[in-house]
Amino acid sequence: MPERVFVTGVGIISAIGFNCGETENSLQEMRSGIGRITQLDTLYRNEIPVAEVKATHAELVKMANVPENGPYSRTSLLGIIAARQALMQSRITDVSSARTGLISATTVGGMDRSEKFYKQYMKNNLRGRLRDIITHDCGNSTEEIADSLGVRDYISTVSTACSSSANAVLVGARLIKSGRLDRVLVGGTDALTLFTLNGFNSLMILDKSGCKPFDEERNGLTLGEGSGFLMIESGKLTEGENKTVLCEITGYGNACDAYHQTASSPEGDGAYLSMRKALDMAGLDPCHIDYINAHGTGTKNNDLSEGKAIERLFRDAVPRCSSTKSFTGHTLGAAGGIEAVLCVLALQHQWIYPNLFFRQKMTELNFSPVTDFQSNIPLRHVMSNSFGFGGNNASIIFSGC
Amino acid sequence: MEAYIQGIGAVTPQKTFTGDGFLQEVMEYHNVRYLKCIEPVYNDFIDPMASRRMSRIVKMGVCAALKCLVEAGLENPDAIITGTGLGCIEDTEKFLGSLYTNEEQLLNPTPFIQSTHNTIAAAIALKLKCNSYNNTYVHRGFSFESALLDSMMMLQEGAASQVLTGGMDELTTHSFTITDRLGFWKKQAIHNLGLLNYKSKGSLAGEGIVFFVLSHQHTDKSLARISAINTLYKPGNKAELTDNLASFIQQSVGGTEGIDLAILGLNGDTDQDENYRQIRNSLFSEIPCAYYKHLCGEYDTSSSFALYLAAMILKEQHVPEVLKCDNKPVGKIRNVLLYNHVRNINHTMLLISSC
Repeated sequence: MPERVFVTGVGIISAIGFNCGETENSLQEMRSGIGRITQLDTLYRNEIPVAEVKATHAELVKMANVPENGPYSRTSLLGIIAARQALMQSRITDVSSARTGLISATTVGGMDRSEKFYKQYMKNNLRGRLRDIITHDCGNSTEEIADSLGVRDYISTVSTACSSSANAVLVGARLIKSGRLDRVLVGGTDALTLFTLNGFNSLMILDKSGCKPFDEERNGLTLGEGSGFLMIESGKLTEGENKTVLCEITGYGNACDAYHQTASSPEGDGAYLSMRKALDMAGLDPCHIDYINAHGTGTKNNDLSEGKAIERLFRDAVPRCSSTKSFTGHTLGAAGGIEAVLCVLALQHQWIYPNLFFRQKMTELNFSPVTDFQSNIPLRHVMSNSFGFGGNNASIIFSGC
Repeated sequence: MEAYIQGIGAVTPQKTFTGDGFLQEVMEYHNVRYLKCIEPVYNDFIDPMASRRMSRIVKMGVCAALKCLVEAGLENPDAIITGTGLGCIEDTEKFLGSLYTNEEQLLNPTPFIQSTHNTIAAAIALKLKCNSYNNTYVHRGFSFESALLDSMMMLQEGAASQVLTGGMDELTTHSFTITDRLGFWKKQAIHNLGLLNYKSKGSLAGEGIVFFVLSHQHTDKSLARISAINTLYKPGNKAELTDNLASFIQQSVGGTEGIDLAILGLNGDTDQDENYRQIRNSLFSEIPCAYYKHLCGEYDTSSSFALYLAAMILKEQHVPEVLKCDNKPVGKIRNVLLYNHVRNINHTMLLISSC
């Protein structure tokens, strides 16, 4: 019997709240975090909406409770804030009391500071403050989180574009099952940067009026920022400590679409495979899934491909489904972590989130997403999808206890 | 938990890709501050149309992976797992640069698309039409080891029987300039083979891409076996490092007497090499030692080059002179210990054994 993996704490910061409580309020009140750019210095300030964490660098430093003048990237700060919440909720006071790891995910790392550096460096390669470039690589944010919380036994960083933190979750679960670790903080963090804003803008997949996942008239995604972390622990540890658990990770799947560097296959082959693998591992049939937190970016391509894959797997019994990116925006490397936290909260409170800004069913699909906030829904198993550039797809199943 | 190395594809500053034999001709570089890879003839592996759109590291990565699969006699792996410290840095720099020169307007999206760290693993999957597990780790000196550990877990879980695993990093003009300003490299141009003779701070910059096919079972293609892996993050002091390494050796091979050769990550930086000196004195005083960064330079995933060396040494039962740190006689080689650290933060240990 392989080791079971339980979630004992969650942490979240995004455009809809600095913590779980604020996030839950925004969800219940159906209040999206999408709006005008206020933090980023860009040409597109008034043109492209985003889902920002409404806090300056200094305010995040305070929230993260780290030294004021430390070379922290925005990505690190967001990560420290969410990871610490997860650690607190799991009531772990001494991190070294069991073998504890950290698997974080990010796509931009410390790009917010690299941009400052580069602006000067471009004029003259002797210019640019070095303290703005030492946070550039993805590993930096993970080490800052590890150092802030005292995690040392195993740390690593996953970067598979928009599925990064879903992969971090499943790698953490596997490390526990393999017996190498007793508990792992898993999740991801990404800040909004000029790099990503302009990158997605150059691909012409940013909806200038805000994302409308699964809508016939959808026209692209909306970028967001934030971080989501889960503390996951082995069954042996939670039983031994007689600990309250929030839910169990019962299945996960990782598959590659292998279709195109950026586009998803028309029939969603990779998406179908990752969902299928997750179900098989959990020993569940499609009919057992009560809710799907979809990847649902709002791009023409993703929602069609994902929708087709969902219909292939669930046939005419597609469970309730929504994309919470209509609240948080697409937080890239943090998306899988943030949406995993939302799935845990859904199981805990037995509620389902609306897919905001949906008006008209897609002609190619037979199902529509949930559009109202639903409470008192008996939820046993929920699925979270995360799909990325390069066809890197991952699905995770969370089950109530 | 173990893995058999079934094939290797290596694009490095040495003739590892096309040359005959194992380091038969050692590439010497004079008056250099960095080493760059000897690039393959891309058209032999990649359709010229496709290769035009790929950056240098993607092309080198795809070639190394395809060569590796050929060596292993494998068409399609059950998983593709990569590790890279900085990923596709050339495209990252290109897009970042264009952001400012074009003032956020009319940007070419291609470098943005290819700047993501999973580009190489994805390009390989695309080329092979491989729908299997696909993952990429980006964590400084742990990048390759994370990919390796994931691969070994896949084999242990029974989720895969053959995994394609690679470590890769590229050096660009800008990444060299910036890390040079950070004091990573020796200020004087050197002769690479004399790397350890310059008593100064800084190392020799480098790059490389090495792919392995790892299998759960021994076959007649098996070169060597990875029998244990460990990472250590920021040891508090020298004693913690020594204790950790000693207990790794104890658990994996029963004690230092079981080790026939130690390959160390000596990089010529007087401060950073202090760790290796300490370990040699305390644990390896009786063990022949080898080093490798004079052949490939220093970079986050250089341990993938060292793993290539270890596998070849075990297979050939021969340590090329150029790798030796001392004159201790080398007998039959059953177990090779690889210890490397990157900037004294990420310490990694591997035990590689004969099949």
